Amino acid sequence: MSEARLMQGNEACAEGALAAGVRFFAGYPITPSTEIAEIMAEKLPLVGGTFIQMEDEIGSMAAVIGASLTGAKALTATSGPGFSLKQENIGFAIATEVPCVVVDVQRAGPSTGLPTSPAQADVMQARWGTHGDHPAIVLSPSSVQECYELTVQAFNFAEEFRTAVIMLMDEVVGHLREKVELIENLPIVNRKRPSVPPDRYIPYENNESRIPDMANFGEGYRYHVTGLTHAENGLPTGKPEVAGKFLARLTSKLDLYLDRIQLWEEAELSDADLVAVAYGCTARPVREAITAARREGLKVGLFRPITIWPFPAGQIAKLGGRSFLVPEMNNGQLVGEVERVFGPKNVHRYNRIDGELITPSEILEKIREVMA
Amino acid sequence: MFSEISEYFRTEALPHIWCPGCGIGTVMQALVRAIKTLQLDQNNVVVVSGIGCSSRMTGYLDFNTLHTTHGRALAFATGIKAAKPELDVFVVMGDGDAAAIGGNHFIHAARRNIDLTAIVINNSIYGMTGGQSSPLTPHDKRATTSPYGNLERPLQLLAVAQAAGATYGARATTYHNQLLTKVIIDAYNNPGFSLVEAVSQCPVSYGRRNKFKTPADMLRWQKEHGVMKGHKEIGDEEFFIGEIFRAQAPEYTREYEKLRQRLQRGQR
Repeated sequence: MSEARLMQGNEACAEGALAAGVRFFAGYPITPSTEIAEIMAEKLPLVGGTFIQMEDEIGSMAAVIGASLTGAKALTATSGPGFSLKQENIGFAIATEVPCVVVDVQRAGPSTGLPTSPAQADVMQARWGTHGDHPAIVLSPSSVQECYELTVQAFNFAEEFRTAVIMLMDEVVGHLREKVELIENLPIVNRKRPSVPPDRYIPYENNESRIPDMANFGEGYRYHVTGLTHAENGLPTGKPEVAGKFLARLTSKLDLYLDRIQLWEEAELSDADLVAVAYGCTARPVREAITAARREGLKVGLFRPITIWPFPAGQIAKLGGRSFLVPEMNNGQLVGEVERVFGPKNVHRYNRIDGELITPSEILEKIREVMA
Repeated sequence: MFSEISEYFRTEALPHIWCPGCGIGTVMQALVRAIKTLQLDQNNVVVVSGIGCSSRMTGYLDFNTLHTTHGRALAFATGIKAAKPELDVFVVMGDGDAAAIGGNHFIHAARRNIDLTAIVINNSIYGMTGGQSSPLTPHDKRATTSPYGNLERPLQLLAVAQAAGATYGARATTYHNQLLTKVIIDAYNNPGFSLVEAVSQCPVSYGRRNKFKTPADMLRWQKEHGVMKGHKEIGDEEFFIGEIFRAQAPEYTREYEKLRQRLQRGQR
């Protein structure tokens, strides 16, 4: 069963969170993400959950982690300035392996920037915004439908892999209204709980799956959670061999699951001489430009990373021997990942950072120039 | 005797990291004795800490324990309590957690009157980083970042908490450690945001720069300057101990539960 409705990306994101079983939201109002908080404030108490408007962005991230430790699926939503403020605690969630979802509806920056204008300039912040080596899962929806489905996916990844997952939206998909099918019965993943009694529970066990089972606070498994580098028993350690073992597991834990984590879409690639690599809102005008270019006989295809971190480099490597065009609403962030695969020679950029969406005709013009 | 309370400790995590003469262990003992007296279910107790010497307490205690980021202990604890109100949540903070970087969370946890028991270990200094002045360092006292004496005046945490909406506030010292246990019990029993200021000593980073030759001198100073509230006016450098304020106000998680139930009845 599913229901088709006209709604905004932010609303679809909130609906996706509810479908995933979210029971806690902490946030602080910020354009252009605020609708997510407003919907959560209305709907969470109706389903037995909790909404709390915190005193700031930092506290919101902290409260989300605290709530998740009690077993609640927990969400926060923000935009650039707030995303910056949350970074330390996002790192805490990643290092302590507490599942949660952080939505960043990107707006133009830097600093306060252009609060009501779109951008895709937080791509690197989503990957490396918090200090230290760490894994990252970052999803990039390009339609309202995907805001719904990927929010469910984000919770599933967070719960399965015990990490903070970033939903990297942008002002366009956040505020755009289009048809969305609220698909029911999407697969829902819940964190794996310990199957051993408390006296045999090893909270940060270095097991083969690299994902330790997670006990919730208050369920009889008393353990320590700390942002200090810790041993398998959860207690802080300064021993290089113990620290090294923990960090090796933490930073490699997603490697075993890349085939499921890395999501992408391909279109018209079989005969393509030029591959447009586009994500989020920029994939929309790119599709239109590709259709127009093909009418002119220009063989252009689309590779759209849906998971932008870990970047699907293995997939893109299969497209060798062609040229690439990477349009982005930033000064060139994800393009570096394409260049890592092929080198800069046949990788072209198209960038816009003035808060205006890149238009199909601009991209078509660039396609003509590159293929001339 | 340690054996009376050893069941509440992760003995494998001991010995602790605190310097000889430090007061934090005394506060830890008072907290554990309070929990024992209250006969709380160990599985239902959560202890949250921030960053600094005080924050290491959570590693030694056998409860659900959470050692968070600097200043954010109350915000993490707010998430825990709001999501699962049946848990008994204690929050242990130092000068910086409560009065500096975490000052905003301190004010707003008090304003919400959320049912947390907050213990601020006030040792007048940043100890972990080696003795820099804190917002609780008294005027004129010396620290590595106030080498000529502190020009600033210390924050009155209990007054701030009361003004912000907390419903219980008390102060005790590591010298008055039985009183400390008692006020922690009272703080827990208050259904709302409760603050206990535990005046403590840091002989290494504060004492030796401020003419306290030994830890015992610092405890003697506490004994001589702590005045039970209500007995007399306080003089220079003296401070009140005991229950400082108590009030009645709606508690956040109970109000939220009422909202859920109202909505279930279809009343918006």
